[in-house]
Amino acid sequence: MPIPIPIEAILFCFLIVMAVVITRLQDLFAAAMLTGIFSLVSAGLFTLMDAVDVAFTEAAVGAGVSTVFILGTLSLTSKWEEQQPRRLWPFLAVGIMGSALIYGTLDMPAYGDITSPPNQHLARQFIEAETTAYVESHGDGHGAADHEEGHHDASHGEAASHGDVHASEDGAHHGNKGVGLPNIVTSILASYRGYDTFGETAVIFTACVGVLLLLQTRRREDDEVDEDAPSAEESSAAEAKS
Amino acid sequence: MKPAPMKMRDKLILRVVSKVFIPFMFLFGLYVQFHGDFGPGGGFQAGVVFAAGFILYGLIFGLETLREAIPPLVVERLLALGLLLYGFTGVASLFLGANFLDYDAFSPEHPMHGQHIGILLVEFGVGLTVTAAMTLIFYGLAGRATR
Repeated sequence: MPIPIPIEAILFCFLIVMAVVITRLQDLFAAAMLTGIFSLVSAGLFTLMDAVDVAFTEAAVGAGVSTVFILGTLSLTSKWEEQQPRRLWPFLAVGIMGSALIYGTLDMPAYGDITSPPNQHLARQFIEAETTAYVESHGDGHGAADHEEGHHDASHGEAASHGDVHASEDGAHHGNKGVGLPNIVTSILASYRGYDTFGETAVIFTACVGVLLLLQTRRREDDEVDEDAPSAEESSAAEAKS
Repeated sequence: MKPAPMKMRDKLILRVVSKVFIPFMFLFGLYVQFHGDFGPGGGFQAGVVFAAGFILYGLIFGLETLREAIPPLVVERLLALGLLLYGFTGVASLFLGANFLDYDAFSPEHPMHGQHIGILLVEFGVGLTVTAAMTLIFYGLAGRATR
């Protein structure tokens, strides 16, 4: 009987092979294409790990848009990597760093381990608060909602033994009312962690302004000056406001 | 990239297929944007899908056609508008007597409705900023490449 190989292992092997090939390729066009495929395979891995939102982003950004950007950069620079002298110390540095990271993961709980601290405290707290909220907002006395409620009560009793889960940390400012969206990821990102997401959006904004400043410097020396001046002023004003 | 846009426009299959696909890309982007509360997705993903539609249009039909469709000046304003929409959602909840970005304030009788309104606004802001950022970077790269 053949040993069943998990599809994650196959995908991880693909990733390793692609990473090695990308570092060795001299043809940058092929390397750009391989980075796109790399992102697509990682998106597949994320889907297998039930992180559909992350997979979605990885597929759209990594495999789609950033490949276009890399190709655009290639058309501005060169399509071939210059021959570099082989040196040992970058390889050593990367090797040491990589093994340090792998050594670090040895101490982490196994993937999907229900007894790990995040799954016992924060994630559990989010899931419980959101389940209650969703059931309350949708359960107008029909059977399924009652069943869910009973189930929740059972798990809640269990949680009580872990100390005061609800009163602590993030759920507190909502008073355990929750958000009540079916997609808990959206609830966490946009509501519980709304401040973080605001920061992320500001980072995207700032990064874009920075990239534009870099890319448009040469345009300013040319005759097209009209578009640049107001944009710089407006972006700084917007940053000051936010 | 200089001769590439001209050539791509002359390729019948690319032109026809992208013309068929681009409306569906935008439709899917809108779906991801406004269905993010219920399924996978949200402002960031929707923004990238939307920008991918614009970039595909620009790649096939040329940068000038894209500039006519969505002028860079408008996109630059959208970039700031998205972040401002997010920020003002937070400020609005402040003025309604709650914490910054506490959406319960938008509907005191039904805090969950308030949450949904707030999340919708905030995600829309994220979507605007991401779409604009991706499109502007494409404008920047392609604008230099065709020069």
